[in-house]
Amino acid sequence: MIFTVFVPLLVTLMIPFVNRWKERIHTGWFLLPIPLAIFIYFIQFVGKDFQPFYQSYSWVPSLQMNLDFYLDGFSLLFALLISGIGTLVLLYSIYYLHKSENLGHFYIYLFLFMAAMLGVVLSDNVFALYGFWELTSFSSFLLIGYWHHRERSRYGAQKSMLITVFGGLSLLGGFVTLATITGTTSIQQMIEQKDLIIGHAYFPLILIFVFLGAFTKSAQFPFHIWLPDAMEAPTPVSAYLHSATMVKAGIFLIGKFAPILSGVPSFFIVVSLIGIITLCWGSFMAVRQVDLKGILAYSTISQLGMIMAMFGFGTKVAIFAAVFHILNHATFKGSLFMIAGIVDHETGTRDIRKLGGLMTLMPISTTLAVFGAFSMAGVPLPFLNGFYSKEMFFEATLDFEGATGQLMQLLQTAIPWLAVFGSIFTFVYSMYFFFGTFRGKYKEDELEQKPHEAPWGMLISPIILVVGVITIGLFPKLVNMPLLTHAASTVANTTIEKNIYFWHGFELPLFMSIAVIVFGTVLYLTMKKWVPVYDVFPGRWNFNRVYDFIVDKLEEWSKAVTEFYMTGSVKHYVRNILIAILVVGFSVFWFTEGMTIKTDNLAEVTLPEILVAVTMALAALATIFTKSRIAAILILGVVGYGLSLLFVMYRAPDLALTQLIVETVTVALFLLCFYHLPELKKLDRDPVSRGLNGIVAIAFGAFMALIGISAHSSSWFEPISGYFLENAHDLGGGDNVVNVILVDFRGIDTLMEIAVLGVAALAIYSMIRLRRDKEAK
Amino acid sequence: MNYEGALLDQVATICIVVLSISILLLLYRTLKGPTNPDRAVALDTIGINLMALAALVAIQLETTWLNDVILLIGILLFIGTVALAKFLEKGVIIDRDHN
Repeated sequence: MIFTVFVPLLVTLMIPFVNRWKERIHTGWFLLPIPLAIFIYFIQFVGKDFQPFYQSYSWVPSLQMNLDFYLDGFSLLFALLISGIGTLVLLYSIYYLHKSENLGHFYIYLFLFMAAMLGVVLSDNVFALYGFWELTSFSSFLLIGYWHHRERSRYGAQKSMLITVFGGLSLLGGFVTLATITGTTSIQQMIEQKDLIIGHAYFPLILIFVFLGAFTKSAQFPFHIWLPDAMEAPTPVSAYLHSATMVKAGIFLIGKFAPILSGVPSFFIVVSLIGIITLCWGSFMAVRQVDLKGILAYSTISQLGMIMAMFGFGTKVAIFAAVFHILNHATFKGSLFMIAGIVDHETGTRDIRKLGGLMTLMPISTTLAVFGAFSMAGVPLPFLNGFYSKEMFFEATLDFEGATGQLMQLLQTAIPWLAVFGSIFTFVYSMYFFFGTFRGKYKEDELEQKPHEAPWGMLISPIILVVGVITIGLFPKLVNMPLLTHAASTVANTTIEKNIYFWHGFELPLFMSIAVIVFGTVLYLTMKKWVPVYDVFPGRWNFNRVYDFIVDKLEEWSKAVTEFYMTGSVKHYVRNILIAILVVGFSVFWFTEGMTIKTDNLAEVTLPEILVAVTMALAALATIFTKSRIAAILILGVVGYGLSLLFVMYRAPDLALTQLIVETVTVALFLLCFYHLPELKKLDRDPVSRGLNGIVAIAFGAFMALIGISAHSSSWFEPISGYFLENAHDLGGGDNVVNVILVDFRGIDTLMEIAVLGVAALAIYSMIRLRRDKEAK
Repeated sequence: MNYEGALLDQVATICIVVLSISILLLLYRTLKGPTNPDRAVALDTIGINLMALAALVAIQLETTWLNDVILLIGILLFIGTVALAKFLEKGVIIDRDHN
């Protein structure tokens, strides 16, 4: 099973080589056998006696991250869709994309996507699943931005990336939480521990995380906004990713985790509510679109909402209908996208206002569109699969089991009405799509080129899909027992067996269907009269504006925040650093009560010491307030010499020597560069800022003093100086203990300090030399 | 500590105090100026006082380790004062080659 995921990945490596001959043979022909082979491999599993199939490959066993593949009924359905429609899309793209396009890139992205999607549906390990999940987002980003020279493509790609990766990351949060609670990374083992998960305190978090991941990926309200903008991708991509496969990844996720999560009322409430809102909103908005692919995008949103809602209902009928509709939607929506692509290809436009009357010019496409659009609308004809799932959907909205609580009961009464409302609009946009394109007046002047029927190669894929629509419509049992039953049973975690009949007798779902058609026809015929409604509602209020606002403002705000503290002034940075140290340091003092002041071990203070200290303090103060730079450095010299005197008094002759030399050299160095420096002036005239600087400086001085006092007051260990005093002569062979420490006991430090001085000297030399060289040039 | 030692110690302390006061007064000159040569001379004199102080401290501590310090201060003071004087006179300390 692993090769189905990794063969497409490996093939991506070969594509650049194959692509060299694209002028003679279209690259797609080389790649066509691969998804076909995968499809044939998976179709072997289809059968009444299907048993789940498990394979595991080590990846990072120490973290329990392994490539565990688990093929259950639900995964099998998806794997068949991915490889089957992948084959058809590949075939279609061979005729759709001209050889002058950058075919290598296209097929690499497409195969990356195919591998990722197969990985998503087959993975049993949550972390492997997440990895493939992000790979689908990433390859979808590449595919949407395929024509990257177009501004709209880049915008759409970025939008879908931001939204789906946002969801992907929250999904990772959910997976990590799940793995932490259960101690396993396998979905199957998590299902076994579902009582533990549902009872856990973090369960609401898991729900939110998983929902966010699923809803963003499957374009559920209000995260649906990326899907219409993703229509900037080439049409084969739209047909594949944005109708049949990727947008169903969220559905897949909900289905896969339904055995764990569906036991609680909040699952029912959130999933069915969001699903039904998406259904209504998507179908309502689809009628407003003028772009063929725009209509199909909103239609996809609405159909995904319907599937999601049925998973939310969680009854046996609903789950079966949802699984059935996943298959049906993939067939008719894929064919409709391909037809939209054909229309675009042959007429040069996708604007439905410019199209019309193509029926006689493109008879085959028209025929195909009839089946696709009518199946999408759920017209009750025995050869359209859309009708079956639509009617099962109505059936599912009518019976819930065990609705408790006010909210659930309210939903229970509202959902059938909302379902009918959404379906009416589904009917309207399906008719609008079909009749608007193929019937009506032929507008010759509006079209860039004279339309004619598409080449056969382009028609093969939609024909196969439409044949699929009709086959499932005529013989639903063909897919029921071997495939759908297993898929639905996986989701429900119990055995589901349901027979699909065209005729149920006069029951409520049938009347709902009839109502949909009657009201839908009326609404479609009077469409011109009520379309202005959209100017009032939603009017200017839509979620794209929210998204744009957030993206714009995020940039603006983060820029404002950055500019607030990144002023470019070293003075501000130093002040901020000091304030941070003060806050942290004083908090540590406060919370750990680490400050101790002891006065019992202090030495006697002598008069000379006081005098020297006073001199140094006065000089230091004077340095701050002096106006002339040379005066400042001379006065600072007093501090330095005072310090050396203190070293003398505290019996540190070596330190005193060094201090004297360094002080003199420093003064000399200052004098050396004084010539090039401007006059000392007050940089900061703002009294508030100066006051703050003063406070920070005093506070920092006090803080360091406190640390010194505390350190002196707390003696935790015996000092090691006794050892040096005793052993300097015997071990080091010297009587100057300081020097013995420097070159013997702790020679490494000295070595490194010599290195520091050497580097400094080299740096100064090179700075001066380089500057001169620059001048010379 | 014998009697002479105690006497020496007392004398050294008195001298240190007197020299310290002298340094304080010199500090006044350093701060006040009014010109930079005034400050330079004051700093030079502070250095000489430091030599004396170091010597007195050495007597107090009864050590010969500080003698190096005294000599070093002498050399550095000379170098420092010459450098300062040159700076105040010409604005540079090390002349560039004229070629």
